[in-house]
Amino acid sequence: MKACGYYPGCSLAGGGVELDLSIREVSKAAGVDLREIEDWNCCGATAAHCLNHDLAVALPYRVLSLAEEQGLAEVLAPCAACFSRLKGTNLRLARSAELAGRVRAVVGRPYGGGVKIVNVNEFCGRLAAGGLKDKLSKPLGLKVAGYYGCLLSRGEGIVEGEDPENPSAMDAVIRAAGCEPVSWNFSTECCGGGFSMSKTEAVVELSAAVLADARAAGADLVVTGCPMCHSNLDMRQRSMGSEGRGMPVLYLSELLGLACGLKPEALGLNRHFTDAGPIASPLSVRGERRPSECGASRNTSTPGGR
Amino acid sequence: MSAHALTNRESLLAARIREETGVKVAECYQCGKCTAGCPMARWMDISPNQIMRNLQTGDEADENRLLSCQALWHCAGCLTCTQRCPKGLDPAAVMDVLREAARRRGTVPASARKVLAFHEAFLKTVEDFGRMNEWPLVARYKLATGDLFADVLLAPEMLLKGKLPIVPHAIRGREEVRRIFRESRKKEKR
Repeated sequence: MKACGYYPGCSLAGGGVELDLSIREVSKAAGVDLREIEDWNCCGATAAHCLNHDLAVALPYRVLSLAEEQGLAEVLAPCAACFSRLKGTNLRLARSAELAGRVRAVVGRPYGGGVKIVNVNEFCGRLAAGGLKDKLSKPLGLKVAGYYGCLLSRGEGIVEGEDPENPSAMDAVIRAAGCEPVSWNFSTECCGGGFSMSKTEAVVELSAAVLADARAAGADLVVTGCPMCHSNLDMRQRSMGSEGRGMPVLYLSELLGLACGLKPEALGLNRHFTDAGPIASPLSVRGERRPSECGASRNTSTPGGR
Repeated sequence: MSAHALTNRESLLAARIREETGVKVAECYQCGKCTAGCPMARWMDISPNQIMRNLQTGDEADENRLLSCQALWHCAGCLTCTQRCPKGLDPAAVMDVLREAARRRGTVPASARKVLAFHEAFLKTVEDFGRMNEWPLVARYKLATGDLFADVLLAPEMLLKGKLPIVPHAIRGREEVRRIFRESRKKEKR
C-alpha cells in the first residue's frame, strides 16, 4: 500500500469535516495509506500572516519539522489555506537563510526543508489516474464548475503547473468522474475568505456572484478544494438572493468518491447546508438515502431541472 | 532616469517593506491593475494602488493616512494584485507589513475593529489549544466585539451535522506552540 503523509488542518476537524471524510474514503478506496502527522498544530492561516510574519512562518515550520521527524517525505494538505501556508513556508525558508535561522530559534526544532506538500487537486488527480482508475464505475453525467478560488490558483512557486488565470487541474478529475467541466468566469474569483464572521456582507456578496456565474454557465454543481470557500458558498446561501441559492457545492474528493460508488453519507454529503441529495442519490445510492438525513436543510436544488 | 527619481526619499516604512518583502515601492508606476482586480476594493477607503502611491511620496502625512486606513484590514489576502502586477511587485505582502506596523503603532481604525478582533481571537485560540477550535474562537470574538448574535442561527445546524465539535481539541505540544507565540511576539515590539 502506498503511503502519504496527512495534515488535515483545523477546519477539517470542524466546519470542513466533509473534506476530511471524503479524502479518507477515496484514499482507502485507492489503497493509499494516509499517515496523519502526530500532534500537528494550526498553520496560523490568515490571522497569523495578517498580524505577525514570524508567527506565520513559525507555526507551519513546527508542522514541517514534525513531518520530517516522523519520516513523512510527502504530506497532503487538503485545505487550500494550509497548503498555501505550508508550501509557502518551505519556499521562504529556502530563499532566506537568515529567516530559516531565526525561525529555527523561535520554534526550537530542526527542519531540513525536505517535506513536499501536495494539494487536494494534485492528490485527487493522482488518485483518479492511479489507484481509482478501475473503480470509477459510476459516471455522474453532470455539468461541474470547478472552483479554485485564491489559494489553489495563485501563489508564485506554490501552485505549480497551473495558469493562475485559467487553472485546469480539476478538469481531469471532473472528467474521470464522468462529468463535464463547464467553462466559466469566476473559477478564480475570491469568495471573501476569512471574513465570514467579521465582514459577512462582503462574503455573501462575493460568494453569491461566484454561484450566479456558475449557474449562468449551466453548472449543476460547484466543486471546490477549500473548506473556507466551501463554508462560504454552502452555508451562506440562505443570506443570498435567488441568484445564489440552491446550488450544491461539493468537495472535489466527494465528487470522486461518488463516481467510485462510495456512499454519500460516508463522504459527508448529508452534512452540507445546501442539499446535495438530488445529485448523490439518483445516481449512486438510489433508495438508500432517507429524507430525514437532509437535516434542517431547506434548500432543495434540482440540478438540470431549473 | 532611475525609478528612485520619482520619489522624494525612501521613508523608513518603505525601507522596512523592501527589507521584509523585497518590494521597492518606487517601482510601482500606478497602472491600477491591482485595484481593478481587487475583490475587496469596494469596501476599502484607500485603493490598493493608492496604498502603493502613499508609500512613494515619503510624506509623513501620507504614511499616517495609510497606517490608519481601513483598507489594510479589508484585504482578503486573495493575491490577485500580486498575481497581476506587471512590475512583479507584491502588494499583498506589502499589506502584511503595513498591518503589522499599524498594529504596532496602535493606529488600527475603529471601522476595522471586528476584523482585527477576529484575527486576535483566532490566534489566542491557537495559542491556548495548539489548534483553532470553533467554540472558543467564536466566544472570544463575540466577547471582544459585543456582536453576540452573529451567526447564532448557524450553530445548531452545524452541531447537528457534526461540523462543530463540542469538546475543543488540545494538542500535546501546547507548550511548544506557546513558546512560538512568545518568541514571535518579540518581533511585534521591535
